[in-house]
Amino acid sequence: MMIYAITAIAILISIALALTRAILGPTSYDRILSANAIGTKTVLLIGVMGFLAGRPDFLDLALVYALVNFIGTLAVLKYFKFGTLRGTLSKPADNS
Amino acid sequence: MDLILDIATWVLLLAGSALLLITGLGLLRLPDLYTRIHAGGMADTLATFLIFVGLSLQSGFSLVSVKLLLVIVFIFFTSPTASYALAQASFVAGLKPKLDGFGDRDQTKEDA
Amino acid sequence: MKTISLFLVLMAVWLLLSGHYTPLITGFGVVSCLLSALIAYRMDVIDHEGHPIYLGPRIIFYWGWLVGEIFKANIDVAKCVLFPKKFLRPSMFTVVASQKSDLGRVIYANSITLTPGTVTVDLDDDKVMVHAMTTGSADGVKGGDMDRRVTKVMRET
Repeated sequence: MMIYAITAIAILISIALALTRAILGPTSYDRILSANAIGTKTVLLIGVMGFLAGRPDFLDLALVYALVNFIGTLAVLKYFKFGTLRGTLSKPADNS
Repeated sequence: MDLILDIATWVLLLAGSALLLITGLGLLRLPDLYTRIHAGGMADTLATFLIFVGLSLQSGFSLVSVKLLLVIVFIFFTSPTASYALAQASFVAGLKPKLDGFGDRDQTKEDA
Repeated sequence: MKTISLFLVLMAVWLLLSGHYTPLITGFGVVSCLLSALIAYRMDVIDHEGHPIYLGPRIIFYWGWLVGEIFKANIDVAKCVLFPKKFLRPSMFTVVASQKSDLGRVIYANSITLTPGTVTVDLDDDKVMVHAMTTGSADGVKGGDMDRRVTKVMRET
């Protein structure tokens, strides 16, 4: 159906806008936010493309991508906050 | 019956697309990080909900719609955690939000 | 007891996601779910926080209400993005969460963040620092409607 293509194009434009923010972004946190937003939109894109191609099996990929995107964002943030990926998150944050 | 479902899918997907475009616009034009987090949260919640509900109308009752529902649930569980972690990390790093109601607050943006 | 219910939940999710029901594949599924439940049991992570099945159907009703709130808040934020001059009034304030348990506070803070227009910036004991985008969304959090509902879900009045 045509609507899938329209939605896919809208998602791509939205990704392009988020990418512009990632390139412009004054702070690194803006860039992480854009990366997270692009990840969410990619999940949507995978789902819509699955329907566009008539292969809803793509949804498994979308499911996995949602989780990987979440964990990736958290890992990058933890690295930013503590400078290392070791240790627990309950350590007091003193390196501001 | 099929026609009604198709029209519903069109409406839901178009609304989701419009919301996604507004999200992209918001990411670009809003003034500081914290307001941009709000804009990003819009794509995580309602746009995802609308688009996947629209898709699940097309697939009917099957494993596919269950998977769509699971994706929605996962995103609804994980996205606030990611937003909170992002806001908290930038707040701890000393990034001040731009507020116009509090004149005594620091209005400049500091690089982390 | 909780291990068994965790196994059942895992099994249900596995059956829904797999779509292949030949004996061999299903056997693999049963074994892997059993293994996951056993490892979780040995790691001692199946407490009332890690497997909050006791919340029961009340949380479903809460989710229904939350989806309605998300609808309203999204329209608010969309207006704000389109006409920032007119609607954009960012503010930052602290509210007190009335929940006793950590889980209740996390549910409350996550609900605030999930509603666009308000983001939890800091959660320290029972003080929740919130960044709100418009005066309407700020008043919504300050009004404490969501707080009361979460407390009711946790049955801690």
